Amino acid sequence: MAKGIKILTEHINTPGIETFEVYKKSGGYAAVEKVIKKMTPEEVVEEVKKSGVRGRGGAGFPMGMKWSFLAKPEGVPRYLVCNADESEPGTFKDHFLMKSIPHLLIEGMIVSSFALGAHKSFIYVRGELMYVIRILEKAIEEAKAAGYLGKNILGSGYDLELVVQPGGGAYICGEETALLESLEGKRGNPRNKPPFPAVKGLYQSPTVVNNVESIANTPWIINNGGDAYAALGIGRSTGTKLISASGHIKNPGVYEIELGLPVEEFLYSDEFLGGIRDGHHLKAVVAGGSSVPILPANLFLKTANGEDRLMSYESLSDGGFASGTMLGSGGFIAMDETTCIVRNTWNFSRFYHHESCGQCSPCREGTGWMEKVLHRIEHGHGNMRDIDLLVDVAKKIEGNTICPLGDAAAWPVASAIRHFRDEFEWHVKYPKEATMKGAVYVKEEVLV
Amino acid sequence: MSDKIAFSEDRLAKAKEIILRYPEGKQKSALLPLLHLAQEQFGWVSAASMDYIAEMLQIEPIEVYEVATFYTMFHLEPVGKHVIEYCRTGPCCTMGGEEVYDHLKTKLKIEANQTTSNGLFTLKEVECLAACGWGPCFQIREKFYMHLTNEKVDGIIEELSK
Ligand SMILES: Cc1cc2nc3c(=O)[nH]c(=O)nc-3n(C[C@H](O)[C@H](O)[C@H](O)COP(=O)(O)O)c2cc1C
Ligand code: SF4
Ligand code: FES
Repeated sequence: MAKGIKILTEHINTPGIETFEVYKKSGGYAAVEKVIKKMTPEEVVEEVKKSGVRGRGGAGFPMGMKWSFLAKPEGVPRYLVCNADESEPGTFKDHFLMKSIPHLLIEGMIVSSFALGAHKSFIYVRGELMYVIRILEKAIEEAKAAGYLGKNILGSGYDLELVVQPGGGAYICGEETALLESLEGKRGNPRNKPPFPAVKGLYQSPTVVNNVESIANTPWIINNGGDAYAALGIGRSTGTKLISASGHIKNPGVYEIELGLPVEEFLYSDEFLGGIRDGHHLKAVVAGGSSVPILPANLFLKTANGEDRLMSYESLSDGGFASGTMLGSGGFIAMDETTCIVRNTWNFSRFYHHESCGQCSPCREGTGWMEKVLHRIEHGHGNMRDIDLLVDVAKKIEGNTICPLGDAAAWPVASAIRHFRDEFEWHVKYPKEATMKGAVYVKEEVLV
Repeated sequence: MSDKIAFSEDRLAKAKEIILRYPEGKQKSALLPLLHLAQEQFGWVSAASMDYIAEMLQIEPIEVYEVATFYTMFHLEPVGKHVIEYCRTGPCCTMGGEEVYDHLKTKLKIEANQTTSNGLFTLKEVECLAACGWGPCFQIREKFYMHLTNEKVDGIIEELSK
């Protein structure tokens, strides 16, 4: 591994990096010069394909492959839409990247739009980040003034306009088809697929939706080549990944790691999370945003086969849902022995119930049921059948909905019961103790 | 029919610029940005504001209502001078968010969705604000208040009460 390599955050601490001038001096916009002056759109797509970079919004779909699916009917505009809705609990990496180094995303948007033949591209930012929208708009103005955006970029004849669009407060608008609906000025109801956005997306035109971090990788890939990117990381988890870390760790924050970094090193080394806060032990981890299965600490550090777990798509999902989880969006939430898993699960279920768009009954009703039953257990009124009821409801939602929010709501509940069933049972058996302030059930063997 | 209202001069210019961002015939895309503009000016989004926006975009008022009621950021009732939007989601709670929230409610003597009797503060609960590692946190308009503690909350409330 190329220890310590930074693709996205190398210049993030340079004073003034949010300005065009400093960004340019640090090597910025070289990728735009290169694609515009020396490359064809097909060659850009080819490099991104070679890099093996996978979508960083959560699903991990290979970016180059997605680009090559884009339909190209004659005379119909094509759109690139950047997904900066970032609302998955635990995830704050795109927020950090955009506010700190806005020009990196702008440069990536130009490179990617050129590759796709888009002349109007959108950055859809969650509305709560209005201050970030203002930062991006300023960066766009600067890039335009310097001739990197607008009409006839660098004299090439290629035109591109970037529009920053605010959301209105709705997690579901992170789902790409809900996002497109929202961008068209409608409620954020996910669309039935097919047709996929690559064929009929924004305004019924072919559209690519990519995450902020995905797009921000493209300048480096162009400057250094797809092969150089693919040489980083491990196996099919190429390159680096931003991990936003929160919870009971010494150093919460956003980290760029090379994929394949051992989980243990990420958790305990001072370069990264610095370990669990003093005097405490790790109990559980949600590794990739609230939607991915929660794992007890012992299973998180080592796979069921006793191998060291790595920060990669494959290693984190080793063992499937029985003993694994997912890299997801990189929203890493660490919980020590003071955390009540039942309470945390109830909190997440309230989130999904609140955010369900209501179109499909398994999701609309199921998330409500799960919230209600979890509330009951957490507050000392549950019975043993409730625990099985939860598993049953989660199963009925999974796979039976228009969009994956249903699965995202079901997995945290199902996995919490799978790995921490005795904690739920303890709440039912000892309601008085369970509802005492600060009382938490702990099984020693899961702690690390 | 609701009373007529209008954007201030600079916001009207901004609204016109926003509408031109989208391809021809797709001006409805300007709806969320214009709702934000209205809330910025009036503090909340009234029926009159929605009718005004519908007219500006040449769409039916119902198309504005159904959107404004879907998205949680729009205040559909008048609010206090400062709307505190407190993050209640898991990661912030892990970082002590529930204790700080209790303190805030005690300090303001209100519950969620209420306004203090002096009209200064409205309290709302929101879901994850993409600031989890910097939590507990809340937002007032565009500003994030992060790494909250009881003492910090006291300081912020006192400062904003001046
Ligand atoms: C409920 C839900 C919420 C999502 N939220 C986000 C988000 O906030 N940001 C994001 O990039 N992708 C999000 N996604 C994934 C997007 O649908 C889509 O896969 C992604 O934007 C594609 O970009 P990528 O391939 O570059 O990752 C979400 C998906 C679902 C089902
Ligand atoms: S799964 Fe839930 S959020 Fe997704 S479309 Fe159905 S009701 Fe809406
Ligand atoms: S949980 Fe509060 S900002 Fe994410």
